[in-house]
Amino acid sequence: MSDAAALYRAVRLIRRFEERAIELVRSGVIVGGIHPYIGQEAIAVGFCAALRPGDLITSTHRGHGHVLAKGADPSRMLAELAGRSTGLNRGRGGSMHAADFSIGILGANAIVGAAGAIATGAAWAAQRAGQDKVVVTFFGDGAVSQGVLLETFNLASLWKIPVIFVCENNGFATTMRTEEAVAGSITGRAEAFGIPARTVDGMDPVTVLDAARAAVDLARSGGGPSFVECLTYRFDAHHTWEHAARPRYRTDEEVVAGSTRDPMEIQGSRLPADLRAGIDDEIEILLEEAVRFALESPEPDEHEALDYLYADGMRARAGVA
Amino acid sequence: MRTTYREAVREAIREAMRADSRVFLMGEDVGRYGGAFGVSLGLLEEFGPDRIRDTPLSESAFTGAGIGAAIGGMRPIVEIMTVNFSLLALDQIMNNAATLRHMSNGQIGVPLVIRMTTGAGRQLAAQHSHSLEGWYSHIPGLRILAPATVADARGMLAPALADPDPVLIFEHGSLYNTEGELPESIPTCDISSAAIGRTGTDVTVITYGGTMPAVISAADELATLGISAEVVDLRVLRPLNDATIMQSVRKTHRAVVVDEGWRSGSLSAEVSARITEQAFFDLDAPVMRVCTEEVPIPYAKHLEEAALPRPERIVRTARELVGR
Repeated sequence: MSDAAALYRAVRLIRRFEERAIELVRSGVIVGGIHPYIGQEAIAVGFCAALRPGDLITSTHRGHGHVLAKGADPSRMLAELAGRSTGLNRGRGGSMHAADFSIGILGANAIVGAAGAIATGAAWAAQRAGQDKVVVTFFGDGAVSQGVLLETFNLASLWKIPVIFVCENNGFATTMRTEEAVAGSITGRAEAFGIPARTVDGMDPVTVLDAARAAVDLARSGGGPSFVECLTYRFDAHHTWEHAARPRYRTDEEVVAGSTRDPMEIQGSRLPADLRAGIDDEIEILLEEAVRFALESPEPDEHEALDYLYADGMRARAGVA
Repeated sequence: MRTTYREAVREAIREAMRADSRVFLMGEDVGRYGGAFGVSLGLLEEFGPDRIRDTPLSESAFTGAGIGAAIGGMRPIVEIMTVNFSLLALDQIMNNAATLRHMSNGQIGVPLVIRMTTGAGRQLAAQHSHSLEGWYSHIPGLRILAPATVADARGMLAPALADPDPVLIFEHGSLYNTEGELPESIPTCDISSAAIGRTGTDVTVITYGGTMPAVISAADELATLGISAEVVDLRVLRPLNDATIMQSVRKTHRAVVVDEGWRSGSLSAEVSARITEQAFFDLDAPVMRVCTEEVPIPYAKHLEEAALPRPERIVRTARELVGR
């Protein structure tokens, strides 16, 4: 598959995965709801396309796109959202924590900004072990006001860590507008720590891929961390609870305007129509199978709730007779 | 071999670093300065700045980086200067280190050791003196150690580093200068059991870490009064080793829990509850507690002492229980 087709396929997979997941939220199969990634797909897809299989990422509460783009199985991902025993985390993580560690995902972290430090530590470990891995840590514009992320910029810059900070600026920290939440500029925060930073169009997968390749090359060649702010727009809700609650922090007109540049259409328009249609068909079949797999998978046994607390199988109250 | 608690911790770090190239120490002032409490003095010279790593004052970031490094195959020892400062890293400890194995269904663990100083007694007032290890022992997914003796200060680090899960080691600041004997060849140390610090028959005094000297002093005083106190050193605050506690209580039928933490909602409450749950019919008296007064630790010497569990309070409580 050509690069252009692969990028489109990855965006399309995430888009349709999210749409199918929203259906399952509405039908009550996914109880906790989800934070849809719709509109932001180009960022996960562009960065993950620039990585080698051994490279690592950290994801967020809005993490389905990152996890799928890194190569997780959509069926096991959807099963995780449904809390099934076949899920990536066997039903212990759910939407905000679904992750396949075997393909280089160091977890999806729902504490905004917290994963940056973990990514930096993991990149440091790889560097010290003489590996040429790079680590991409995704976060939203809300995270740039978290102290831990600013502390992490400092560490990563001081120690020249091969970590790439990817800020998905979708205009809102939950419901608060970025311009109301961020003093100064987003890239200025990274630059203040000596980290090279740039802002790119986060709607075009090819633009993101180009920026990602430059950042990856810099990190892999020993040039240390860099920061990429990707301008994007969240087409759907912050969280699916909005579908019922309708908080009025943005107007319908604004959403329509923000959604006119669609990464799926931008990349899809670069493909011949028949190729695009073929990919679409393939993904429909794939996701139909994923939904069937999730729905038919059993829920974990109740006793499993206590498993995997400690490596040796010790329970929390091990000493109790 | 006569050694101090501080030297024992340092030797444990030195031995671990020599034995395993994945082990490194990171924290504030651990390198050139040798650590705020002098624990890592001389280690920078032996192991270099890559392995004895000074960090900026960023507890959350360097603890998070330690978690990431542990996931990435290293065996980090993160030093946090005091337990009060660890609250700046509490998110990383609680939401990441303690949860990742369970939340990932065992896909990943966090083999990280965090050492920190705890406790009062040095006139450092209310932002450097608290005993919050009881809070940490509330958290499933962590193992919490409180070495009270030079032997445990020397011995606990190796098994903590070998543990595939996060281990927090609380070193009471007043213990660093205490001395003890160590054998030339260091025996293996477990990090799962409590220990009998002194055998006795009339009353069990259960404690750990920094209050051990006060308890031993109280036990000496009680002995002069003809009361034989058995001292249980919890050593491991999570998971608690109930069997050792119950065995002692079943023998003495009376228990006092001594804890430098506050009383309400505390580790001492947990120990007391477990005794009630498991050994109620062996008790001849209610389980009593001697804890720090529920105030932020005051600065002035006599005020600080008034707040802490002192030997005379332990003696008084034990005498009330025994009725002599």
